[in-house]
Amino acid sequence: MVGERAQNHLHCYQLQTGQFTYEVTVYHFSIERHFIVQFDQYDPGDFYDELFLAPGQPRPEAKLLIERINSLSMEELQQRQQAAQNALFKLGVTFNVYSDEQGTERILPFDIIPRIVSAREWEWLESGLKQRIQALNLFLTDIYSEQNILKDKVIPEALIYSATGFLKPCMGLKPPQGIWCHITGTDLVRDRDGQWYVLEDNLRCPSGVSYVLENRRVMKSTFPQVFSRVNIRPVDDYASQLLETLLNLAPAGLPEPTVVVLTPGIYNSAYFEHSFLAQQMGVELVEGSDLVVSDGYLQMRTTKGLKRVDVIYRRIDDVFIDPLAFRPDSLLGVPGLMEVYRAGRVAIANALGTGVADDKVIYAYVPQMIRYYLGEDQILPNVPTYLCWEPEQQQHVLHNLDKLVVKAAGESGGYGMLVGPHATPEQRADFAERIKAAPRNYIAQPTLCLSRVPTLFDDRFEGCHVDLRPYILYGKEIYVNPGGLTRVALKRGSLVVNSSQGGGSKDTWVVEE
Amino acid sequence: MLSRVADSIYWLNRYVERAENIARFVDVNLNLSLDSPTGLTQQWEPLVRTTGDLDLFRERYGEATAETVIQFLTFDSDYANSILSCLRLARENARSVREIISSEMWEQVNLFYLMVKDASEAKHRLQLPSFFAEVKMASHLFAGVMSATMSHNEGWHFGYLGRLIERADKTARILDVKYFILLPSVNFVGTALDELQWIALLKSASGYEMYRKRQRRISPTGIAKFLILDREFPRSIQFCLLEAEQSLHAITGSTAGTWNNAAERTLGKLRAELDFITIEEIIQGGLHEFLDHIQIQLNLVGHKIFETFCALEPVKA
Repeated sequence: MVGERAQNHLHCYQLQTGQFTYEVTVYHFSIERHFIVQFDQYDPGDFYDELFLAPGQPRPEAKLLIERINSLSMEELQQRQQAAQNALFKLGVTFNVYSDEQGTERILPFDIIPRIVSAREWEWLESGLKQRIQALNLFLTDIYSEQNILKDKVIPEALIYSATGFLKPCMGLKPPQGIWCHITGTDLVRDRDGQWYVLEDNLRCPSGVSYVLENRRVMKSTFPQVFSRVNIRPVDDYASQLLETLLNLAPAGLPEPTVVVLTPGIYNSAYFEHSFLAQQMGVELVEGSDLVVSDGYLQMRTTKGLKRVDVIYRRIDDVFIDPLAFRPDSLLGVPGLMEVYRAGRVAIANALGTGVADDKVIYAYVPQMIRYYLGEDQILPNVPTYLCWEPEQQQHVLHNLDKLVVKAAGESGGYGMLVGPHATPEQRADFAERIKAAPRNYIAQPTLCLSRVPTLFDDRFEGCHVDLRPYILYGKEIYVNPGGLTRVALKRGSLVVNSSQGGGSKDTWVVEE
Repeated sequence: MLSRVADSIYWLNRYVERAENIARFVDVNLNLSLDSPTGLTQQWEPLVRTTGDLDLFRERYGEATAETVIQFLTFDSDYANSILSCLRLARENARSVREIISSEMWEQVNLFYLMVKDASEAKHRLQLPSFFAEVKMASHLFAGVMSATMSHNEGWHFGYLGRLIERADKTARILDVKYFILLPSVNFVGTALDELQWIALLKSASGYEMYRKRQRRISPTGIAKFLILDREFPRSIQFCLLEAEQSLHAITGSTAGTWNNAAERTLGKLRAELDFITIEEIIQGGLHEFLDHIQIQLNLVGHKIFETFCALEPVKA
């Protein structure tokens, strides 16, 4: 059904010919719009398109969705897009922009055309992610205890000690069940040829999962027919899985352990998510000032006195968590928390010190870690990475700055980055100086041509580049939430999908064929 | 419940109630000025004086005119007790406890804030009387939404407690406005103008109709009695204290008429004082002095609530 509306209009057209010239013209225009739109004109171009194999030829797992969208008029699609945005705003799925005026939150722009991953492909991704998390966790255990991987010279010792995420006070830590990275949001991308790569492991406190849950909620009311006809894996059990993951860390034998979410406060850009997750799990959302170390335990200040806290899901960077152990200027943390943590009297997720595995230089060694700890070949490949601290590789980087993406090792969020092909000669010269001044701090990677998904702009579809951040929980076993956050670069041609840099989001469907 | 959360719900409600009451007493004065004979200029300084921020006002604005006082009390974003600032603070508090309060409450306080913020940006086109009416209604809506959508649990009682203590304090101040206005012109006492002023004051506390039902004849003593000692009118000081005491006991679980902490004792003592005092005794000792005393005691109650539930000191290991 190519739009009931269009047919009605056609009807009007026939009836009214010759009588109402003016209206006929209007209807004619309107009919044309109805026939032109949707995917007939969509060109996937010279990119890997997540929904289309070729113009007019959707991938098998996307076929039903495309048919459904083709049956809707552009007006209807726009209305649904608007309704979805309004719903997200009403739900309060907002983020704060740093330095923005108080009392203004925005929603992450949301596009109603989902990204689809076939179940078969997903299973492969899932196994790759599990393998990676397992290896990274073993690495963290090792690096803060025996350091065998350094002794065996798989990773140069100097790289570890110079990593900003390596925290000396964490040496000898024994987190409950030997788990360090309880919650991970791994960034994946797909290149022009369809090959998946891991771009970043986010092992500290990755954000964005609230969008996954709320986007899905909104999409169910946007395309209910598609949901009833296509087998899309549900994502809703994330909050329960997260709570189980956290409870798994509580000291044995406590009948009702107290779990809290620790937030930096309402001015943090991800505050909505902190509050949302606490609400979904039914646990307290606390700020540093609500907590105090007393009697050797971590306690929270309640109206009925102090109450012991057993597990913290921290959404604060580790160096801010205890001014006595780390940054003395931190007002967000709890003085003395580290001591309680070391004594095993409170569990923290993610464990402190996980940032060392997040370092972009250490990232380059993950394939070696997988081989070293698991004796396996990596399933999911890294993006080929040049390490500027190695003189030969640095030379290569400096000679090819116009082709490479350069990243600062300790930064995240799309900051401290040079996209060579899009940069000016001055910017490249500036980065060349920075690399020579501090080679340990920089890596370079070839510019990938990220895959695209059709995205609704005004009254047409355009392909936009995307990445994918699945969320992985390490509790009794490793759980990968089926889907994840698809971030989309809404600036034309842009490859940067970060929410603080003009990106938006899409729902991600894992679809059984 | 977390002390900070209790404190935030308490202040969320105080700030909303405060904004409403500022609208009320600016509105009284606007009304009074409309009824005043020409030639008698309306006094605006007493209004600032009742807020206790007269020095700050003088420093910032100099002379008290209708324009400067309304700007100060309504839209001055640098003055912490202006309507605009109250709403901003109410919203910040609400945002920090969004996972505890109902989403309808959050929505209402957010809309309320945006309404006042929009008004502050378009104040030249603003009809002040209807703006103040809107502020009052938005505050009532918030109270209604909270009552109808949030469980009447510990957090709710903290919120209600905050609203009542704020309201009792502001009713005392509204009564005091009349006292200050009367000061320079004692000859007016008992005249038709005097009666008009008292009626305007009752109206500003939404008390005119309820007062008529109870006492019929307008008399200063009658009105003071009504706004201070009436046990049924929801804006009278005594009503607020009675309800506040119930909420406080719902939080602690202690039996009515007894006390287990400083908050219960201070509030109970003040409530009992009003239980047994007569309006004649109040007038005899000086109405203004009595209202001052009430305000000081209410501050103390607020302070004790904070000390009892929020400012606990950790045990040293």
